[in-house]
Amino acid sequence: MMDIFLNITSSLFLLIGSFLCLSGGIGILRFPDFFTRMHAVGVSDTLASAMILIGLMLQVPDAIVIVKLVIILLMTLLISPTASHALAKAAIHNGITHKIGKTGESDKELSSNP
Amino acid sequence: MKDLFAVIMLTGIYSLLSASFFVAMDAVDVAFTEAAVGAGVSTLLMLVAITITGRSENPARHKPFLALAVVIVTGSLLIYGTLDMPHFGSSLAPIHQHVTPRYINDSMQEIGVPNIVTSVLASYRAFDTFGEVVVIFTAGIGVLALLMVVRRPEDIEKINFLNESMHEKHLILRIVTKTLIPFIMLFALYVQFHGDFGPGGGFQAGVIFAAAIFLYTMVFGMATARRVINQSFIRILAAVGVLLYGSVGVVSMLNGKEFFDYSALASDPVAGQHLGILLIELGVGCTVTAVMVIIFFNFADRKEKSQHNENKGS
Amino acid sequence: MILGLYNYWIVIILMMIGFYIVIAHGNLIKKIVGLTIFQTSVFIFYISMAKVDEGTAPILAEGINQYSNPLPHVLILTAIVVGIATTALALALAVRIKEAYGSIEEKDIQEKDNLDC
Repeated sequence: MMDIFLNITSSLFLLIGSFLCLSGGIGILRFPDFFTRMHAVGVSDTLASAMILIGLMLQVPDAIVIVKLVIILLMTLLISPTASHALAKAAIHNGITHKIGKTGESDKELSSNP
Repeated sequence: MKDLFAVIMLTGIYSLLSASFFVAMDAVDVAFTEAAVGAGVSTLLMLVAITITGRSENPARHKPFLALAVVIVTGSLLIYGTLDMPHFGSSLAPIHQHVTPRYINDSMQEIGVPNIVTSVLASYRAFDTFGEVVVIFTAGIGVLALLMVVRRPEDIEKINFLNESMHEKHLILRIVTKTLIPFIMLFALYVQFHGDFGPGGGFQAGVIFAAAIFLYTMVFGMATARRVINQSFIRILAAVGVLLYGSVGVVSMLNGKEFFDYSALASDPVAGQHLGILLIELGVGCTVTAVMVIIFFNFADRKEKSQHNENKGS
Repeated sequence: MILGLYNYWIVIILMMIGFYIVIAHGNLIKKIVGLTIFQTSVFIFYISMAKVDEGTAPILAEGINQYSNPLPHVLILTAIVVGIATTALALALAVRIKEAYGSIEEKDIQEKDNLDC
């Protein structure tokens, strides 16, 4: 009984993780701007690898492998957003500007500025 | 593809893919090394090189048909040559028949180390590994000879000021790096000493340790890194690694056995093997770390010097 | 019979791609990248030869009879590290050539040499 429950939850986690990874990939292809693309990948890839790691943790009988997977999970949660931050900082430093305008700006303001 | 930056990034991804391919082929030690070396250090060194040599390529002025013809002829000859080779994965192939069963069957009694790759690398074929360590050391010396920059005191002040002003802004990166670097070094030590029981060993540990030092240098600046890691200490460390490796062999000879026969190091042959493997992996780790750091620091020094000359000239 | 050899063909295709990059491009950095691709294809060649069907990684453990061949693993471990040493030296040479000649394109270097002598 416990086995079936563990199997179902772990496959659920793995499926959610792969769906998130896929949607991050679609985001890279379809979003119009550098920053929106990076936001899509940064958020969804981190969560996707977290889900996949939790799904793998439920499959393992050994305690020491679970500890190793927990450590990998913590490292991923720490490193992946930092990498997105570094990427965004490098982009701003190199002068890539955003195409989508700031929130709250009306069309009249945009068209009156040359 | 004209942009060399993109080319180098794709090469890094290619190395990572080949590392995952090695895992699928059951070669876990090799996959570990290829991932650390190919996707990590090699990409980094190429990026540092193109900051000096320029980022884009001149367009080709003629179509390289002769090159294409040579490549196609060579490729078809090679494919013709492989028609006699054993099938993929067959256990009757000649390479599985002669020396390998002896290594696989006798490794546990003679050496007592579960990882057969480590036992072959460090004990049965220790002389080859010695040659490899000397080659890495020679490459380090070669890069030193080509790219070493002698610093004059008045240049140091200007370069330090340039570096300090650039590195105060990156707060998040500094904090995360300060948190992560001890763990990376701890992992490197774990890989170094755990190489007997799982994938790992001296090379991977040396590269990971050097990667921690690269991370520190990139976030905190060359000036701080040069104060933290003394240049002469790193050069002495590289030489000490090779010396440690060689002296293990010489001590074995002095005790009456052959060169690199570790059973002469302790009263019990298996304990002698363990001690010998530990010492030489330590020597390998020291040399690999030191040489990687030497190469990176010299590339970065050269870049600083060329930037400094540009600023002086303009 | 032929289909059992597909791993060698993949290796040969990668090797020829690396070879083509080395001889057809003029930029030194691209030649070094092509050399890296060539090296990696040779590693894949050796490792694919080492694999035994239904073998596992060559780390001794309970209950496993068939191991993949560890000898090519040792060779390739050495080869990877030597490869990065030579790549580092090649990049250092490219940097010095850039400083001495002003460019790393093969044609410019040859023209400058012809002008000098």
